[in-house]
Amino acid sequence: MIKLTVNGKSYELDLPSDMPVLWVIRDRLGLTGTKYGCGVAQCGACTVHMDGEAIRSCVTPVSRAAGKSIVTIEGLEPSLSKPLQEAWTEIDVPQCGYCQSGQIMAAAILIRDQPQPTDNDIDNAMAGNICRCCTYLRIRQAIHLASRLKSSNAMLSAI
Amino acid sequence: MKKIRYAPASRVWITGTIVAAGIVFSPFAFPENAVQEPVNLAFTLADTIDRTKAQNSNEEKKRAAESKAAFADAYKVFMHPRCMNCHPSGDAPLQGDKSTIHTMNVQRGPDGKGLFAMKCKNCHQDANLEGEHLPPGIETWHLPTAQRPMVFQGKTPRQLAMGFKDSAFTGFKDIHRLVEHVETDHLVLHSFTYGTRPPLSHKDFVARVKEWIDKGAELPDK
Ligand code: FES
Ligand code: FES
Repeated sequence: MIKLTVNGKSYELDLPSDMPVLWVIRDRLGLTGTKYGCGVAQCGACTVHMDGEAIRSCVTPVSRAAGKSIVTIEGLEPSLSKPLQEAWTEIDVPQCGYCQSGQIMAAAILIRDQPQPTDNDIDNAMAGNICRCCTYLRIRQAIHLASRLKSSNAMLSAI
Repeated sequence: MKKIRYAPASRVWITGTIVAAGIVFSPFAFPENAVQEPVNLAFTLADTIDRTKAQNSNEEKKRAAESKAAFADAYKVFMHPRCMNCHPSGDAPLQGDKSTIHTMNVQRGPDGKGLFAMKCKNCHQDANLEGEHLPPGIETWHLPTAQRPMVFQGKTPRQLAMGFKDSAFTGFKDIHRLVEHVETDHLVLHSFTYGTRPPLSHKDFVARVKEWIDKGAELPDK
């Protein structure tokens, strides 16, 4: 039995310890927002957060997630999901959309840790997330916008 | 003359003994070459000292050469991709047997554990993953920190040895901690169990590093 928390909900699951977290969240918990791209930590489509870090769930055995907190695209906290969602819609980022939940989960860590990221910060944070449709320039624009929205949201909620 | 403070009977007895001893030992005490002998002795002594010095300096030279030779062997391991890939000259780790820059623009980050969504442990697990092209792993996968990057790449043997003797380069209190690092650090140990192996076994590598230090941590000529 492995105990873990996913999007704030606790689970105790009977799973093989080497099952990748991606299988657990998609197949066992039905959270299909996270995508399977390569299965070998090369594309970033499967990015989720584990204790606040953007792990690649396709290669992370569930044994490593025991006792930890996983957040998927469905459970991203509003202070991050709201500005990202608005910016992604405003810039109209996705083409096919397959890579986008991974892109957004990676971008969420960036704007959490670096509220005003430079282009260089964006390159450093996002170069591991591949987009077959080459939406990179729109992703960059959207991250700049999301970081502005995030700080203005934070200012508004402080008033 | 110093006064002898003995009773008169004892004085006679002692004087007699001294005279008798003088007669018996006189040939040894005053030989023909009484002056020559100490001079010879002095020459012999000087000679012995010179020879000891020469011997010492030969031993010293031999020891220094052995120390350098031990470092030369260890250097081949330090510069092997399994070791050097985590001691790059830039801020990106290297990967593979050709030591190419890590894909995905991975960066060292201040603590050597990556940046933002690109932390080492996001992909590298607590153990190697089975299968082709999957990331290797141990619990402590990381690079040296940005403050103390401990660069090996591009260093000559002399430059690297100088680095190891400098605690600002290694961050170790003394050079013996270097032995501890190469002997017990989990990442170092991992390098000898994964992919193309370094040219020495881990045991021989540690022995050569120890020998380099024990024999004076001599700096290689180049
Ligand atoms: S599916 Fe996990 S990195 Fe590609
Ligand atoms: S939008 Fe199609 S792969 Fe990124």
